[in-house]
Amino acid sequence: MAAAGAGQQWVLVEMVQAFYEAPAYHLILEGILILWIIRLLFSKTYKLQERSDLTLKEKEELIEEWQPEPLVPPVPKDHPALNYNIVSGPPTHIITVNGKECINFASFNFLGLLDNEKVKSAAQASLKKYGVGTCGPRGFYGTFDVHLELEERLAKFMRTEEAIIYSYGFATIASAIPAYSKRGDIVFVDEAACFAIQKGLQASRSNIKLFKHNDMADLERLLKEQETEDQKNPRKARVTRRFMVVEGLYMNTGDICPLPELIKLKYKYKVRIFLEESLSFGVLGEHGRGITEHFGINRLSGQGYCFSASLPPLLAAAAIEALNIMEDNPDIFQTLRAKCERIHKALQGISGLKVVGESFSPALHLQLEESSGSRENDVKLLKRVVDYCMNSGIALTQARYLEKEEKCLPPPSIRVVITVEQTEQELDKAASLLKEAAQSVLN
Amino acid sequence: GVEDRFSILYFQKNGISNGTLYKKTFIEHFEQAPMYVAVLTFLGFGVGTVFGYLRDFMRAWGLEKRNVATEREQQKDFVPLYQDFENFYTRNLYMRIRDNWNRPICSVPGPQFDLMERVTDDYNWTFRFTGRTIKNVINMGSYNYLGFAETDVNALKTVTIELQKYGTGICSTRQEMGTLDKHIELEKLVANFLGVEDAMVFGMGFATNSMNIPALVGKGCLILSDELNHTSLVLGARLSGATIRIFKHNNMQSLEKLLRDAIIYGQPRSRRAWRKIIILVEGIYSMEGSIVRLPEIVSLKKKYKAYLYLDEAHSIGAVGATGRGVVEYFGMSPDDVDVLMGTFTKSFGAAGGYIAGRKDLVDFLRTHSHSAVYATSMCPPVAEQIIRAMKCLMGLDGTTQGLQRVRQLGKNTRYFRRRLHEMGFIIYGNDDSPVVPLLLYMPGKIGAFARRMLEKNIGVVVVGFPATPITESRARFCVSAAHTREMLNTVLNALDELGDFLQLKYSRYSKSSHPELYEETRLELED
Repeated sequence: MAAAGAGQQWVLVEMVQAFYEAPAYHLILEGILILWIIRLLFSKTYKLQERSDLTLKEKEELIEEWQPEPLVPPVPKDHPALNYNIVSGPPTHIITVNGKECINFASFNFLGLLDNEKVKSAAQASLKKYGVGTCGPRGFYGTFDVHLELEERLAKFMRTEEAIIYSYGFATIASAIPAYSKRGDIVFVDEAACFAIQKGLQASRSNIKLFKHNDMADLERLLKEQETEDQKNPRKARVTRRFMVVEGLYMNTGDICPLPELIKLKYKYKVRIFLEESLSFGVLGEHGRGITEHFGINRLSGQGYCFSASLPPLLAAAAIEALNIMEDNPDIFQTLRAKCERIHKALQGISGLKVVGESFSPALHLQLEESSGSRENDVKLLKRVVDYCMNSGIALTQARYLEKEEKCLPPPSIRVVITVEQTEQELDKAASLLKEAAQSVLN
Repeated sequence: GVEDRFSILYFQKNGISNGTLYKKTFIEHFEQAPMYVAVLTFLGFGVGTVFGYLRDFMRAWGLEKRNVATEREQQKDFVPLYQDFENFYTRNLYMRIRDNWNRPICSVPGPQFDLMERVTDDYNWTFRFTGRTIKNVINMGSYNYLGFAETDVNALKTVTIELQKYGTGICSTRQEMGTLDKHIELEKLVANFLGVEDAMVFGMGFATNSMNIPALVGKGCLILSDELNHTSLVLGARLSGATIRIFKHNNMQSLEKLLRDAIIYGQPRSRRAWRKIIILVEGIYSMEGSIVRLPEIVSLKKKYKAYLYLDEAHSIGAVGATGRGVVEYFGMSPDDVDVLMGTFTKSFGAAGGYIAGRKDLVDFLRTHSHSAVYATSMCPPVAEQIIRAMKCLMGLDGTTQGLQRVRQLGKNTRYFRRRLHEMGFIIYGNDDSPVVPLLLYMPGKIGAFARRMLEKNIGVVVVGFPATPITESRARFCVSAAHTREMLNTVLNALDELGDFLQLKYSRYSKSSHPELYEETRLELED
């Protein structure tokens, strides 16, 4: 203790000695610096943003004067979406649109399962057991045994390790993309990707690179560019994930993606593939498995999965039954394909309209061969064709888009949907009616 | 100690002194736990983290089996989907107590349900079902506020008929061939129920927000969003491209300051005026149990000419004398709110969402909403369930069952909350909110609480980081009108026991110690 005390004293003596021995200018400089620090500590801080010249009265005036835009801009009364088609009763093969009975060429009911009795009774049984809603997200008692069963069946059907289901089709791809691809990752996406994919990409905040529709050369060019970028900065490249987003059967153009080439590119440039199969599932392939590819799926993340109520069990039960039907009757796919080819052939050669889509695609587009110049006029012309057909008993619809929001807006078109329930006479009737309509309206 | 006592009195005082805005007392509690609790919580996370590193080390060196999903052989040199440190929390902390979430059920999610028994042989990495069911577990986790999740044959009669008639699908979007007469009927009923001009329904509640907010606001607009808004609102706000500013939860001074600064200083850097300002709030915040201060927000919005978007996912059907939500609860008119949004999942036992308001708003959404153009519409049996539930609530089915349900929910809520306060738990939120968060704080107690409640045959929901702040893990109870007094008493007794065992009774204001604080509130509660 004494030694420590003596030590402290000794240090103090040293300090005082140093003080006396220091040159004068040194002491003066230090004194000035200390005074400056004291001044800075006690001076008022000022914010750069605040304009101290605005008085309270001026602020109140600014608040008084400001006028916001109206919450929504006025919508013209004759906007096509306001005069929508109202369907009375179920949208099955024979559909009652705006009071008139027609043959349905507009609802995506490819396998005719909408009206299937077995599907309905499975749903009824589920309704009796579970009620309607699940009252919770998957994490909080919203997981029912039917969901787990459906996921198992889907995984088995698609020959993948695991599957998860979402309660809303749009949300599936729009939530799945941002779950894997985050800020800083790179996504190569086809130009003709549907709106849900675009929203998923926007939510992910990754770098998006568009390549021309189904153009493998363009895609390879982009991949090569990325490769040279990577070589410049290999550290960053090691942590940047790369994805490719394509659709099995493109909704907007009716054609399929060249999957074998994509797989070659995948292994060459180390890019993972996201395959959106909402149209190709249950349509393409011998057993309706769509254009398949393996993908490891994580169950925890994905906003539309975690934070949203799960699928109502009666819909899950209906889906399981639908899968049963698909597995038990694999020849419906062949039948569907035959019908697609038939109508595709029948619709060739209509003057004024051209068919867009593969011959085996059940969702085709009919576009104007020559555009009138303005999109609005094109839409009006096509509407007249559609109305002509509706009046004669064929229900059709135009493909709808959000014109200002789409990245690559497809041209206006009539959507033609082929289902397994349409008979050959009906297919022929539809084709001839479209010919007539085109003749009378466009010529 | 002094700080949070003041806040309780402040809230009580607030309700009475702002008598012109609030027609009834507005009592909310957000008591803070003693300091040692926060210290122990951090300690708990610290221990978990240390062990996490240890286990990662052992796994990396092959001393322990790796159970994580691994890449396929051909893709070994692809950039990994998950960086190791991103998943640290999931692998080492969440995985330990994972059995308390995603519990599958195999019955209707009513006041009682049946759980599928699940066991794990490898510490929660995989589960297997034993095939047995745990029957009649009291359900305190599902959002079944009015008890419409039922399988009574009479109740579901119309739904069964519609399912037979319409089937389960639509296969088209609203703007193409997907608008059925059922949708028109439902929309008229919703508009009637809420007292507005028009309404539009969508197939998914989450998507109602994420697809319609971008249609209403865009670049050059300002969104003022509450701190604790739901993910769907945050996603919708981000996708819209507008500027987002956050104000403190339910804090009117913070909101007013943001409004004033926005109008006075305009957009950052360019100083142009904002095109429009929209305030995003929820009716009841499901993690806090607090109710939005609607009268004050409406007076602010009128003063500063902003627009109000109210998300009533949890409050529609659950509060208000006839179940019409927070607008009715505060005695205000639905014209005060510009955009009324809500979901049908919670109080109506169905699925989907709606947006209601003036006719020009709804017409705009019919033409410009992402959902109307690209997503399939709501399926008819679900629409019928909503119709029959709403008719029951409005009394249009000729009975007073709807009103009885609303009243029963109110009684159950107040009883449950009062008893929990008396026992000494820390409960957050408004006295009238059927969502009751009970604070657990420490990470170890999350797992223990949920598992032991299940042993007592009660199913609860526990939430921790990242859904809540790291020190405030909680259990969240959802009171339902279908719960009987006996069920609630069973739960309360179990909670009492467990509270003592796990030492969860942190509150310093239990009735036993401060009877005078509860004298005046007692008068409100007996009805």
